[in-house]
Amino acid sequence: MGYPHPTHPKETPVLSRHFGDSDARSFDGWKRRGGYASLEKALGMSREQVTEEVKTSGLRGRGGAGFPCGLKWTFMPKQRTQPHYLCVNADESEPGTFKDREIMRWTPHAVIEGAAIAAYAIQAEQTYVYIRGEFTEAIAIMQQALDEAYIKGVLGINAMGKGVRIDMTIHRGAGAYICGEETALMNSIEGKRGNPRIRPPFPAASGLFGCPTTINNVETLAAVPPIIEQGGAWYRAICLSNPNSTGTKLFSVCGTVRSPGTYEVAMGFPLKDLVHDLAGGMRPGRRLKAVIPGGSSVPILTADEAEATLLDYEGCVARGTMLGSGGVIVMDDSVDMVYQIMRLARFYAHESCAQCTQCREGTAWTTKILQRILHGQGKLEDLDLLLDLSEQMTGTTICVLSDSCAAPVVSGIRKFRDEFEAYIDSGRAVAQV
Amino acid sequence: MSDLVRLTIEGRPVEAPAGTSVLEAAKLAGVLVPHYCYHPSLPVAGVCRMCLVEVEKSPKLAASCATPVAEGMVVHVESPQAKAARRAVLEFLLINHPLDCPICDQAGECELQDYVYQEGRATTRFADYAKRFNPVEDFGPDILYVPNRCILCTRCVRFMEHLAEHPVLNVSERGDRAYIGIFEGAALDHGWAGNVVDLCPVGSLVSKDFLHKARAWDLDKTPSICPGCTQGCNVTIETRDNQVLRVRPRPNPDLNRHFMCDYGRLGYGWLNRTDRIEAPLVRDGSRLVPVDWDRALGRALDLVRGARGPCVALVSPGASCEALERVAQLVGAGGGAGAFRVAKGDEIPLPGVPDLALRTERAPNVAGALAAGFTRDWDGAAARARSAALVLVLDEPLHGLGAAQAWGPMIYIGTVLPDEARGAAAVVLPSATMAEEDGTFRNIGGRIQPYHQARAAPGMARPAAWILEEILDALGVGVGAQA
Amino acid sequence: MSQTTGAGAVAGAESLPPVFDEAGRRELDAVVARYPTKAAALLPALWMVQRKHGWVSPQGMAEVAEALALTPAYVKGVVTFYSMYHQHPVGTHFVQLCTTTPCNVCGAEKVAEAFLRATGAKRLGETSPDGAWTVVEVECLGACGFATPVLLDDDFIESVTPESVPAIVARYR
Ligand SMILES: Cc1cc2nc3c(=O)[nH]c(=O)nc-3n(C[C@H](O)[C@H](O)[C@H](O)COP(=O)(O)O)c2cc1C
Ligand code: FES
Repeated sequence: MGYPHPTHPKETPVLSRHFGDSDARSFDGWKRRGGYASLEKALGMSREQVTEEVKTSGLRGRGGAGFPCGLKWTFMPKQRTQPHYLCVNADESEPGTFKDREIMRWTPHAVIEGAAIAAYAIQAEQTYVYIRGEFTEAIAIMQQALDEAYIKGVLGINAMGKGVRIDMTIHRGAGAYICGEETALMNSIEGKRGNPRIRPPFPAASGLFGCPTTINNVETLAAVPPIIEQGGAWYRAICLSNPNSTGTKLFSVCGTVRSPGTYEVAMGFPLKDLVHDLAGGMRPGRRLKAVIPGGSSVPILTADEAEATLLDYEGCVARGTMLGSGGVIVMDDSVDMVYQIMRLARFYAHESCAQCTQCREGTAWTTKILQRILHGQGKLEDLDLLLDLSEQMTGTTICVLSDSCAAPVVSGIRKFRDEFEAYIDSGRAVAQV
Repeated sequence: MSDLVRLTIEGRPVEAPAGTSVLEAAKLAGVLVPHYCYHPSLPVAGVCRMCLVEVEKSPKLAASCATPVAEGMVVHVESPQAKAARRAVLEFLLINHPLDCPICDQAGECELQDYVYQEGRATTRFADYAKRFNPVEDFGPDILYVPNRCILCTRCVRFMEHLAEHPVLNVSERGDRAYIGIFEGAALDHGWAGNVVDLCPVGSLVSKDFLHKARAWDLDKTPSICPGCTQGCNVTIETRDNQVLRVRPRPNPDLNRHFMCDYGRLGYGWLNRTDRIEAPLVRDGSRLVPVDWDRALGRALDLVRGARGPCVALVSPGASCEALERVAQLVGAGGGAGAFRVAKGDEIPLPGVPDLALRTERAPNVAGALAAGFTRDWDGAAARARSAALVLVLDEPLHGLGAAQAWGPMIYIGTVLPDEARGAAAVVLPSATMAEEDGTFRNIGGRIQPYHQARAAPGMARPAAWILEEILDALGVGVGAQA
Repeated sequence: MSQTTGAGAVAGAESLPPVFDEAGRRELDAVVARYPTKAAALLPALWMVQRKHGWVSPQGMAEVAEALALTPAYVKGVVTFYSMYHQHPVGTHFVQLCTTTPCNVCGAEKVAEAFLRATGAKRLGETSPDGAWTVVEVECLGACGFATPVLLDDDFIESVTPESVPAIVARYR
């Protein structure tokens, strides 16, 4: 194994500094690279100071929603009258996203350190790291790092000898995309079906086991140690465009590019450069056709739109899409958009938890209609029907899984309508459906 | 009051206690928001999304079952957006629904049928696709699961988990493959399981007992009280052609909420008994011969007037308060007294509702009998009946006393005639069952609850209270007073 | 909560060795100690069952239910939610390969065909006649930049191509 690409000059390696360097995985290796200094520093600060530093940094959640991290921590009760919990969201199941996996398997101690700082800030004595069941390698690496951290006294009832209890437990998922949704994740840890919960109550009031809970993504937490180390102001200054999007972001680029992989750039980085430069551009003779910039749940961009997009929260919204998790799915002109959109819809139909009517039935019906079009039996009205269903699947359910199914369908039909119509007009069928 | 929240629903001002859901607040305003998964006696699931309403200044439609009222909130139930959302939910639900209403027991009381009729699309856009199909499953002693009709509202699962605290049902699988599951070898055999049939808003969980017996719209419904035990669950007796076909719980938030136990639910068979006493009988030597009411009452009065000494009454705790009080009046005036006994069984609580159980004493009016002055000293009363000046029996089967018991002169008022009375009674006066009269029962908590006549009594049978009133009227006083 | 069907009471199931024997019980107790409720150990306990039996049988579910004071029906509802728990026995080697969009555009379906050819399994989801291989298509494995990722038993293999499949299969034979 080895990390597939050397750091590109246009990258800003903060979290990915030690990717590919297997020595950084061990406790001693991590210490040699300055590891756990931030935790030690944080434990010497007040909880409020730690949170304030993170607020100053402008760090926003990297799991998809982009909620300001420091602000989220302030929602936790100041007085602890019952256990507080931290959940680390390492479910990473959004198609196109594979950055948390890299963080965990190259720098597991960064995750542990960041989580420990967060746990201290929110007074969580127990932290659960929810890792998707398929990540066997990441789980093994994280477990080993965790065991080491316990042995070295970094974690436990007297973390780093500072009299603070910070326990951490890996909880292995078992194959369910929806468990990445924060309330579903809590249910899953509680030994239930991974059904999202109705909010309110919000997790900070009543979350895991009915207690105040904060959930953060792996990448969010891994960014915390450098922020504590170098200061929120330093992090905040890493910004190429909008001041509300600060720091670096890992983009996992996949699909039909020459050098797929995880690239770390400053917020506001041009998507064009990410695709054509860092990720090596298209394969010979191929042209860019479409990009899904934030994981499969966000609207698809055409090549032109993509090439004009700046990669931060606001920059994506300006182009009618979202930054999401930073999973960049690139499609060249060999890609059959209708087939791939069907494949995305099928993903959501497979993953729907079955609670809400629109999602349970809508994702499956959407898939069937798309499959029929692919079989050469579509009608023009089917496109309107798909748009109509998608509208009813948006903003009507407990969580946004069904919205996520609608996003690629709606943007796909709007932007690549000719490909749909070609199937319908010609009665042509693809071999594989 | 400070914790009353003021809001506007469909243009009507409403005040509701803080914490009330918008759906319940709408009921206060007289607006019914269509819903499936919501049920006032179950924890909120918020999954069917049928109850979506528009809340001004809110970017998304809100599930009214799961949204608490807020001061100044303005809610629209019938706005185009809300209606479109409901129409969509109905369309989604019908995708896999078999539309087998002609053979479905739920037809006529099906919330899917009702709402589709009210506000669904006129045509289907799913006609070209095959529906999901799963075979019917046997869920337990009285319950079948028809998965194809299921809309996964999860009311049944929540009932078994949170009310019965006996989670034998689950949601299995995910996405549109999901269905209500049960474990291999397990059964829906909890003593309160039958409620899932009522809770099911469609015809997915059906009662074997009621299967294909009647169409819902052919049933006459009468408010009543369950005669099964001292709990006094409020029920509805459903009849067709003078037959009781089904008994179902009638909501009473303070008592049985929306529930009743299976013992009560399925125990209605005796109300349809065909071996009833249909005419008054008087003794003629060794025979009992049918007579009209005047002659029978006349004979009864003679016996009462002729009684020299205390009477003994043996009564049923299944009789109405009115009948029991009159018996007490009749025998008490002369220093007589009476007793009752009651069949017993295991107590089976519904853990999710405080103070709700199938009670050990399996009769509806034990408290009424006690209040009327009857005691539990059955053996003593039975012994005294040998030497009593008069024995008055009120619908007591007299089992175990034996035909050999040497009785004092006996007036038997009852629905069926036990052998023990056949040889002993001087007069037999046919009475109505609780389904055939109006009356009240006093439950275990002292609550006096009325029930109503659901079917006609057979032949010349009359309510026991009427019979006793006739006797009391004619006497002007209690029995034994002349002595 | 009461127990409707106890461990081992499932008719027709061949008897599998108990998972929560003394050693299993100790392992489970250690897991339970990390959570405030017993039920929270459900996913870990089911992983223990699958590790021992190769799948999660009704007997296994009943055993877990008993160990964690749940009902078997509850456990089954959870088992059927998560796609990684096998509800039926599978081949000696279990191949999960991703065919979701990012991998799909890189030719994942060709990799799937190559696995079927190399293992002799007739169809995705079916076990090869010799009982050695089950190949299934799964949704996004979270390694889209390494198309096509394959989870072979517990080994995560990256960047599998149709050409590299025969050698991989040979390695596990
Ligand atoms: C359907 C769905 C799937 C999600 N999957 C993930 C995931 O795999 N990983 C993740 O970190 N967040 C995921 N999220 C977002 C989480 O709900 C939550 O916002 C996030 O974990 C919060 O952490 P952050 O603030 O650090 O981003 C998902 C959300 C939804 C609605
Ligand atoms: S009744 Fe509100 S979502 Fe079902």
